[in-house]
Amino acid sequence: MAPEQVRSRKYTVDKKKHEAKEKAGSRDLHSKAPFSVKIPAAYLFLAPAMLAIAVFFFIPVAAAFIISFTDFDIYALSSFSNLRFIALKNYLRIFNDPLFYRALKNTFYFVIGAGPLSIAVSLGAAMLLNSPMVRLKGLFRLFYFIPVVTTLVAVAVVWRFIYHPRFGILNYLLGFLSVNPIDWLGDPDWAMPAIILMAVWKNFGYNMIIFIAGLQNIPEYLYEAAVLEGAGWWHRFKSITLPMLAPTTIFVGIITMIGYFQLFAEPYVMTQGGPLNRTLSIVQYMYEEGFRWWNMGYSAALAFVLFFIIFAAALLQLRFQKDVE
Amino acid sequence: MKFTVKILLICLSFLSMSCRQQAERKVTITFWAMGAEGETVQKLVPAFENLNPGIHVKIQMIPWTTAQEKLITAYASGNTPDGCQLGNTWVPQFEALNSLENLDKWIKSSNVIQKDKYFPGIWDTNVLRGSTFGIPWYIDTRLLFYRTDILALAGYKNPPKTWAELYDVSKKIKALAGESGRFAIYLPTSNEWAPFIIFGLQNGSDILKDNGRYGDFSNIKFREAFEYLIKFHKEGLSPVGISQVTNVYQAFRDGYFAMYISGPWNIREFEKWMTGPLKDKWMTAALPSPTGNKPGLSLAGGSSLVIFKESPHKKEVWKFFEYLSSTQVQLRFYKEINDLPALKEAWHDSSITGNKYMKAFFIQFQNVVATPKVPEWEEIVFSKVQQYAELAARNVMPESQALKALDHDVDNILEKRRWLLSR
Repeated sequence: MAPEQVRSRKYTVDKKKHEAKEKAGSRDLHSKAPFSVKIPAAYLFLAPAMLAIAVFFFIPVAAAFIISFTDFDIYALSSFSNLRFIALKNYLRIFNDPLFYRALKNTFYFVIGAGPLSIAVSLGAAMLLNSPMVRLKGLFRLFYFIPVVTTLVAVAVVWRFIYHPRFGILNYLLGFLSVNPIDWLGDPDWAMPAIILMAVWKNFGYNMIIFIAGLQNIPEYLYEAAVLEGAGWWHRFKSITLPMLAPTTIFVGIITMIGYFQLFAEPYVMTQGGPLNRTLSIVQYMYEEGFRWWNMGYSAALAFVLFFIIFAAALLQLRFQKDVE
Repeated sequence: MKFTVKILLICLSFLSMSCRQQAERKVTITFWAMGAEGETVQKLVPAFENLNPGIHVKIQMIPWTTAQEKLITAYASGNTPDGCQLGNTWVPQFEALNSLENLDKWIKSSNVIQKDKYFPGIWDTNVLRGSTFGIPWYIDTRLLFYRTDILALAGYKNPPKTWAELYDVSKKIKALAGESGRFAIYLPTSNEWAPFIIFGLQNGSDILKDNGRYGDFSNIKFREAFEYLIKFHKEGLSPVGISQVTNVYQAFRDGYFAMYISGPWNIREFEKWMTGPLKDKWMTAALPSPTGNKPGLSLAGGSSLVIFKESPHKKEVWKFFEYLSSTQVQLRFYKEINDLPALKEAWHDSSITGNKYMKAFFIQFQNVVATPKVPEWEEIVFSKVQQYAELAARNVMPESQALKALDHDVDNILEKRRWLLSR
């Protein structure tokens, strides 16, 4: 059976359920008095949650948006008469700020470098752990998941030692391959790859769990049929695993991308954005402008620029998904 | 029997009631302190409360790393403490917020806290537009830590007194180190701004010009100092970047570098690491100066005691500050956590004169100046001076171009200040 057939069968089941629900709902409505104002009960149930979202989400976002058109800073905190409305000046400043471009470049480097690598590693790990030949699966899953739940600061301390130019184990091991010692975190060209390596190691376990769930949803008979037809390992992977995992992959891809665009903690604890600002990410730049130097206006503007970048990237990815389908 | 117990209980309850009445008359003041000072000041509170039964002091400890954030948040939400310990470079910032009490009249009527008891350079850090907003509590400055054995090998019995000597001894140490990859002096760029500012001040630069309206880094006075320090990086006399030195103390012990410009907080650490045959192989010295007539200038650092304007108990806080500013209490701080006393008198105590590393500090404290007192100071040095020093040290940008860019960025940071001053 081809994958499409499987999906369509599932869909028809869902559709029936849905129709049944609709019938039940319409009966309820008819039983009401003819003159009462009709507020569907659903809205009443939703109201508290919507209110909370409005207060704790929309209002702060709107406030931040307004702040991004002002020069809100430490002086403004002391007296509102020190606050100036400066229209688009913050945004114009961003587009003339070499440090912003530096941060943007670094962030893209990280997303493009670490994103696909991270997904590939987690898919690989998931397939290994899903293989019927592996024993003690739970134990391995736990092992691979441990970095995800470990505090980043603790991880960073360990990795700083791994990367240490003189005493680090990485350079020690590379020494056997007669590679000259590399100042991993101190060399402007190596710092970002070092951060990428660490981030991939730290995060792959999370996606791996999602991939395992996705893999377990693929019916076994598809593989059995493929084997009967004489398909090899690569063929089965390409024609069954990948297409069946497409929704999972898209989901994982978007989640990972959004997460990686918000790169902050890894360079913040490992390199503080250095050397030469080569690991400075947009979020770190935003954090420093906002909470270290209290340039709230500029920081808010940076946040919205980052939001639009992520939004555009997510749209692009969804479009890509449609094209694939 | 039962009767006596009843009588006793009644007596006790009366007693507890009267106690409560007394407690209600007590004034509670909150005092925020950072790091080790917080713990130590906590121990001093009972003695103070015994002397002043009407005052109860509540110490709130906050970590140094988030102190500024917490204080500004407290200010924004109207929850500032009554009194606080404030890094003296932060005083301008909180004064700009209009949150600090002007202490002039308190000082005038005090028998304990008087200006001439303090080192002038340190006192001055708390003075803004002619008024005093903080009292020095404990002080620090930067000077030269050096390895006597390595300098002796390079032919220097005494520490370098001039810029020329500092450069010369560094060259000689590097020559001795040869291929071993060791360095002469540690002048970190990406996480340290102090040496650049210190050497600029030594050379007569004002750092900022026009009453802090513009950066003055391209000025020849600052440029000479900047180029002088960058030379150490370009010629391999100082390690570039911070990742090569994970542990400063270990590196100092290993002779990875022989000199380090830093502050008093290192003394205990160096004592811990420099043991065995290395025990007496290090020393402190006042900074070298461009010409060598007298020790070079350094920074007036440390923490000040401030009262927040909103506090309803200023009188009680001031009493507590007077207590903290007594020679005995200051010496206790020195003995417990090595905080250097702000009172000159305390420096004649045997516990300080008996410490050979303190002599250089005493000399240096006579010759310290405040950094420019603008609220934007921290942003200027931490985000900009360090950034361009690193770019120059790594040879990505020529010095003159880096300083020009630095001036440009600093002028941008100071734009709001210019606007406020012009109103």
